[in-house]
Amino acid sequence: MDTPFVPPTAFAVPGRISVSSRSASVWQQALITQIRRETPAASTFRLKVPDWQGHLPGQHLMLRLTAPDGYVAQRHYSLASAPDDSGEIELTLDHAPGGEVSGHLHTVAQVGDLVEVRGPLSGFFAWPGDRPALLLGAGSGVVPLMSMIRHHRRAGLTVPLRLIVSARTRADLIYADEYGDETTAVLTRAEGRLHAGHLAPYLGAGQPEGGWEAYVCGSNGFAEHASRLLVDGGQPVDRIRIERFG
Amino acid sequence: MTNTTSEPSLTSQPAAAPEPATASAPTRGFTGRARAADRDPRLPPGQYDARDGWPVLSAEVTPRLTAADWTFRVDGLVARPRTWTWDEAHALPASEYRGDIHCVTSWSKFGVRFGGVSLDAFLAEVGPSATATHVVAYSHTGYTANLPLADVTGGRAWIVWEYDGEPLAPEHGGPARLIVPHLYFWKSAKWIAGLRLLDHDEPGFWEQNGYHHRGDPWREERYAGD
Repeated sequence: MDTPFVPPTAFAVPGRISVSSRSASVWQQALITQIRRETPAASTFRLKVPDWQGHLPGQHLMLRLTAPDGYVAQRHYSLASAPDDSGEIELTLDHAPGGEVSGHLHTVAQVGDLVEVRGPLSGFFAWPGDRPALLLGAGSGVVPLMSMIRHHRRAGLTVPLRLIVSARTRADLIYADEYGDETTAVLTRAEGRLHAGHLAPYLGAGQPEGGWEAYVCGSNGFAEHASRLLVDGGQPVDRIRIERFG
Repeated sequence: MTNTTSEPSLTSQPAAAPEPATASAPTRGFTGRARAADRDPRLPPGQYDARDGWPVLSAEVTPRLTAADWTFRVDGLVARPRTWTWDEAHALPASEYRGDIHCVTSWSKFGVRFGGVSLDAFLAEVGPSATATHVVAYSHTGYTANLPLADVTGGRAWIVWEYDGEPLAPEHGGPARLIVPHLYFWKSAKWIAGLRLLDHDEPGFWEQNGYHHRGDPWREERYAGD
């Protein structure tokens, strides 16, 4: 009997996270209860979803718009809010140039409108708050990471959590007023891009016991750059999870 | 890594089951950039045309894998398990896929051109057993995806190393990836390391994370339960 080759598993499903296939498969009506401007390009949409079954920080959902003739457009968006019992969730999204869904939400949608959502989806990027987490985000890539920070605060967690967030300028920094001691902001127009020096305090001797779970979220260019810095800094490749914006 | 829990399969549900809230209600003020009437017929439901874009959506770090390090193995329920090196794989008859690709995140890309070798050429050398029904495709990163054997045979799947006549970029799965273009693209494992033939279905990475076991874009098989 030939012994099957087993590849080095550098990338494993986190066994502790289960995903409900039921909530992922059902579309639900969601009522827009609030729209808040975050930056010139990004706004937060608060949605009341009566049958929301809860989510883990870091998960995303699918949002769907329907035209009168039945034409639909759907996109994935990260959840910004922490899991709570309010029956409402929040998404923060950029107004993508020419974006069919984000364009509608930013320029047409109003409080009181209904949209449809299904989710939460993908437990892979989620952080339930059970182990030290080092978060690297750029632009609207900070959205799922903010859900983790909000969860950490809300639940009064003491497990180490650090965020390094990159934006062009202070004005482009989403949630700028909400960051605390856990966050380092890298304003790239003034300081240049994220570099090894930003990560150095947290890697090597600066790691918590047991090391970090690293989460990277942003454009593909940022994700490639940030994950390379992490690997070069000694972060194990199987403990880096990436959410890329296509 | 657990892979024993199986999600409810499509066939376990009545064919005419009511679909709660699937009949979309019109969204106030939304007209849609592309009208339903003049949608490109190549576009499956719920998809949009990514045009020149080619989003990268891998959830893991892009591996530093060179052609010299790359190998491809087919084992499991086969008569002659085998591993090919880069040069050995390139010695097989060249084959090309020209057509469209579809990602579950809702973008599609038309008229792509991938160059490599048909999976049939690899399978012919290993002799699949009559009991084999499914495969698990696995990557050099440890990523996995499950597929019915019938979805990767008969000229429907390729191991490719060229995109548009150029070497496949690392972030798109280079040096070599699987492509199974008639299914959502998460099945087309990047940095392909091998296929294991099985007599049962064994959910892969995304399938364990709530995604559909098969992933036919024309049936919108996006998530478990679709």
